[in-house]
Amino acid sequence: MEFAELIKTPRVDGVVLRRPFLPTVEGTLCLTGHHLILSSRQDNTEELWLLHANIDAIEKRFVGSLGTIIVKCKDLRVIQLDIPGMEECLNIASSIEVLSTLDSVSLMYPLFYRPMFQVIEDGWKSFLPEDAFKDLESMTEEWRLSDVNKDYSVCSSYPPLVAVPKDVDDDTLRKAAAFRHGGRFPVLSYYHKKNGMVMMRSGQPLTGTNGRRCKEDEKLINATLRAGKRGYIIDTRTVSVAQQAKARGGGFESEANYPQWRRIHKAIERSSILQESLIKLVEACNDQSHSMDRWLSKLEASNWQTHVKEILTSACLAAQCIDREGASVLVHGTEGTDSTLQVTSLAQIILDPACRTIQGFQALVEREWLQAGHPFQQRCSQSAYSNSKPRCEAPVFLLFLDCVWQILRQFPCSFQFSQHFLVLLFEHTYASQFGTFMGNSASERSKLNLSQKTVSLWSWVNRPQEVERLSNPLYEANCLVIWPSVAPQSLLLWEGVFLRWKRSSRCLDEAYDEMVHIIQYNKELQNKVNNLRRQLAQLETEEAGEKED
Amino acid sequence: MEHIRLPKVEKVRLIDKISSRRASVGTLYLTATHTIFVENESEIRTETWVLHSLVCSVEKQATTTTGSPLLVHCKNYQALRFIIPQERDCHDVHVSLLRLSRPERYEELYCFSFHANSDKEVRGQAWDFLSLKAEYSRMGVPNHLWILSPVNRDYKVCTDTYPAELYVPKSATHPVIVGSSKFRSRGRFPTLSYYCKENHAAICRSSQPLSGFSARCLEDEQMLEAIVRSNPRSDFMYVVDTRPKLNAIANRAAGKGYENEDNYSNIKFQFIGIENIHVMRNSLQKMLEVSEAWSPSMSEFLEGLESSGWLKHIKAVLDAGIFIAKAVAEDGVSVLVHCSDGWDRTAQVCSVASVLLDPYYRTLKGLMVLIERDWVSFGHKFSHRYNHLDGDPKEVSPVIDQFLECVWQLSEQFPCAFEYNERFLITIHNHIYSCQYGNFIGNNQKERTELRHQEKTHSLWTYLWENRTDHINPLYRPDHSQTQGVLRPVTAPYCFKFWRALYNRFDRGMHPRQSVIDYLMAIREETQQLEEQLVSHEEKIAMLEKEQGKSIQTKTNTLDRSHAVWASPPSESCLGLANTPGDYSGLGDFLSSSPCQQMGPENSLLILPRPGERRKPSDPDLSTNSDDQESGIADLSSPPSEDSAKDPDENDHNSAQTA
Repeated sequence: MEFAELIKTPRVDGVVLRRPFLPTVEGTLCLTGHHLILSSRQDNTEELWLLHANIDAIEKRFVGSLGTIIVKCKDLRVIQLDIPGMEECLNIASSIEVLSTLDSVSLMYPLFYRPMFQVIEDGWKSFLPEDAFKDLESMTEEWRLSDVNKDYSVCSSYPPLVAVPKDVDDDTLRKAAAFRHGGRFPVLSYYHKKNGMVMMRSGQPLTGTNGRRCKEDEKLINATLRAGKRGYIIDTRTVSVAQQAKARGGGFESEANYPQWRRIHKAIERSSILQESLIKLVEACNDQSHSMDRWLSKLEASNWQTHVKEILTSACLAAQCIDREGASVLVHGTEGTDSTLQVTSLAQIILDPACRTIQGFQALVEREWLQAGHPFQQRCSQSAYSNSKPRCEAPVFLLFLDCVWQILRQFPCSFQFSQHFLVLLFEHTYASQFGTFMGNSASERSKLNLSQKTVSLWSWVNRPQEVERLSNPLYEANCLVIWPSVAPQSLLLWEGVFLRWKRSSRCLDEAYDEMVHIIQYNKELQNKVNNLRRQLAQLETEEAGEKED
Repeated sequence: MEHIRLPKVEKVRLIDKISSRRASVGTLYLTATHTIFVENESEIRTETWVLHSLVCSVEKQATTTTGSPLLVHCKNYQALRFIIPQERDCHDVHVSLLRLSRPERYEELYCFSFHANSDKEVRGQAWDFLSLKAEYSRMGVPNHLWILSPVNRDYKVCTDTYPAELYVPKSATHPVIVGSSKFRSRGRFPTLSYYCKENHAAICRSSQPLSGFSARCLEDEQMLEAIVRSNPRSDFMYVVDTRPKLNAIANRAAGKGYENEDNYSNIKFQFIGIENIHVMRNSLQKMLEVSEAWSPSMSEFLEGLESSGWLKHIKAVLDAGIFIAKAVAEDGVSVLVHCSDGWDRTAQVCSVASVLLDPYYRTLKGLMVLIERDWVSFGHKFSHRYNHLDGDPKEVSPVIDQFLECVWQLSEQFPCAFEYNERFLITIHNHIYSCQYGNFIGNNQKERTELRHQEKTHSLWTYLWENRTDHINPLYRPDHSQTQGVLRPVTAPYCFKFWRALYNRFDRGMHPRQSVIDYLMAIREETQQLEEQLVSHEEKIAMLEKEQGKSIQTKTNTLDRSHAVWASPPSESCLGLANTPGDYSGLGDFLSSSPCQQMGPENSLLILPRPGERRKPSDPDLSTNSDDQESGIADLSSPPSEDSAKDPDENDHNSAQTA
């Protein structure tokens, strides 16, 4: 299929563009295979380059022969295009509709994108499991890297290499995998250096209604316990949801078969409910009524903040078990690819200062989301405006980012990155020129040969100028565990995403610049004073020398 | 002292938040001015001081096997739960506290005993720190349009709730003023609140007219006409009734009401619809129920916030202020604002409009002057509204609280526009209730003068000014574009936030654990030192190069910023913990070595700053009041002076400068 076939009208003149916070622009609209472009050929106006993949939904309106297309983007921006000529407008609209919903992976933009910047460090090679394991090896000898999944046959959503207890052989892993949802047998997620406790994650055990058990699975997770110690299993589902899962062959670890483990159930919702929540929240933010009652009741009814609180609380609990109880933890929900990852990755943000750096956070996303098999492509193919029936879409990763933002708000000096980094990740999970978030698992990415055919987002992010832009000027390395408050009073609506296109952030940006200015001026002065001090010391030595002479 | 039935109870347990399980054991002292709880288990002496005048309710609950619980709620939103072993003791403390927290006469208020022995002359001078005369002259009055009227000089001709000095249109004659005054509730005739010298538009205030269904008053009509005429560039004015229309109509039956556009030439009449003090009191009460609830779910919290209506009311006050500011700044039209008596909603709306209009009110001194002008001088009934004396609970209402919150909401939208920070607003809020300073006692200027407050009490404003470094917003720059001109806030509902730092002020665990403001303040302090060092180094180098003289040793020292980063500085013993986890399991003491028992820094956060003391955010030993107050109520009853509360280490940062 050629893109040209899909573009009936590649170009329309006299199109008026209206978008938030920017002046109205009149110019020429061009459609290409991957972009919607509006340029005015005037020096002082900003062109619009919009990826079709970023378009969530469009609406058409006609007044006489003037057509209007409202374009609703996945990053929650809404723009308006006034197009003279009904036919042109209809053609443009239908092209956008098709181009923005292409299912074929081979037509996706990252496969066509050629970077305009020099790739200094290839992001595809920045975070290899082998390298991560080297760090682990330097801390403990109790774990090994297994290549049991090297051809993705044991677990299709796992990477080829996983860390498992040293004493457990690959055969045991295979048997345990057969007992876990999607073959996701318990693997190492995080090693807590301070006390040697670990966090593992997996899919639910396939106990079914008649209480199947699996000796190998029991052996595998018991191998992570120290003698006489108990561990905690955090099931991200409520007891009743977990019970119901038995009827479909799933289930949870019974106390009889896992006597060394204590099970705690939390209540993180399933993905379809999260998607509904996102849609309602965005609707609430777009409400025009200006009524406080309506806003608060819609905000409440969206349940978004409830999900944030629940996810954060579960992560804190996991971190607490590890750091304060000195216990190892196994986290799972149903598949182990969504709520499980929210909990394990957030717990690491809380526990491990390394995850709060720019590089460390990338490594975390790579390890706990991409390698761990979160199905990004399925989850992020539609956002809050889409009219089509949701299939597997869910803002699971966005909720994770929201939770990170909440912790960042509470510990504004403990993160090397600012919220810009989180917003950037949100944008790129939904539409991107980079291949990082394509596909649903390591196996899919490897089949598509993305590391050869696309540019990694990390290659872009880790350039000095981008690192600079994403850095938090307040950062002071903090080696401590950071315990966030999960009280409703402490959790805020993430304005940077949800109100981003609703209200101008000019004043807040100015405040940010002012802050940067204060800090930079301080640094400059420090340098000057240090230089002078050196100069002074030198003069003094010279003088002392003269005296001796 | 005669009200203290029991000065000391031992083995009392203090639970820091209602229904929380965290408890500390210690001794409870009752003094003439404070309830003091001294923890006796911790290694470092930990004290909690609660001013009696800040106590808003004391509730004794049913005795259990562990003892008798006594619940103390404070007007600054602190809540304490004591468990007293003996019911008899609890009863005595309860009865004593009930009486101590409800003074019956002004003379019993804390401000009359707070530093009573200090130099009278100094104290008197301190009251001169702010002058309303200077404020009016800053605005440009008196001038050829507005004059100072002597009409209320002895609080008799017009009203005892107005100040002695009032500014009126030059064309308003004595008979017009007196006539207008007779046609207004409590004689509160239209008078100047804010004057915009750039375009001559003015904000005036009054009470409602006594119009009933058809009454007219020629002098009142002339009075308004005089206001219109004192704005040469406009041929009409707005009359803004801040009440909901229904309330205003209901007032007509009582012979009061609102202006009929047909009778007054050149006015445009507008209702704004801010609810009355009773609605506001109930609204706050409802909101506090949610904010004080133990571990509410997100839904419970948001539902409670919505059904309290609190943010809706804040939005209404701010919207009203915007309407007026817009009329004055953009249309150049004068506005007369009133409600019923003109001392609650009118004060809110006029002062919010002033903050929006004039950058001066966004400075420390400007806000003080504004409160002094629109609230204190114009007879806002502080003692009634904030329950200073044992009185009618129906008179109590969080009116100025709403003004302070509007300012806070604005500062969230315009982070560089305000010279003061959130702590400044919270400190003012605290002292409006505390009665520690004489500024807010009584219900009007006349009462305060009769109480001789300037001779007998201290002024909050001088205290705040002397401690202004604590209250500065580091992002503020007088030349910043945000600082200039009129503020145009967005009032979409999502722009309003719950003010956690005030309503959950003592639940430190809910606050951000690191404070950007403190961090930036520390940086600015360090920058200042660096600037000094820079100069001194340059001088020394120049000298050395020139003279090649004596050897000079320098030893420089920069601030340790790490303390400042933590909003709640970790005390020495638990530096490694940084903070402690909350109850995340939802299962209470499910986890064996529950961190609830951890003596984390949160523990120390319980501690109130002593009266008059501002907690130093960078104070490394917040929790140690380990003075030589070993024993005895005598010592405890007079809290140490403000000076001694200063961080002793503070000056040491510089001391190693040059040997």
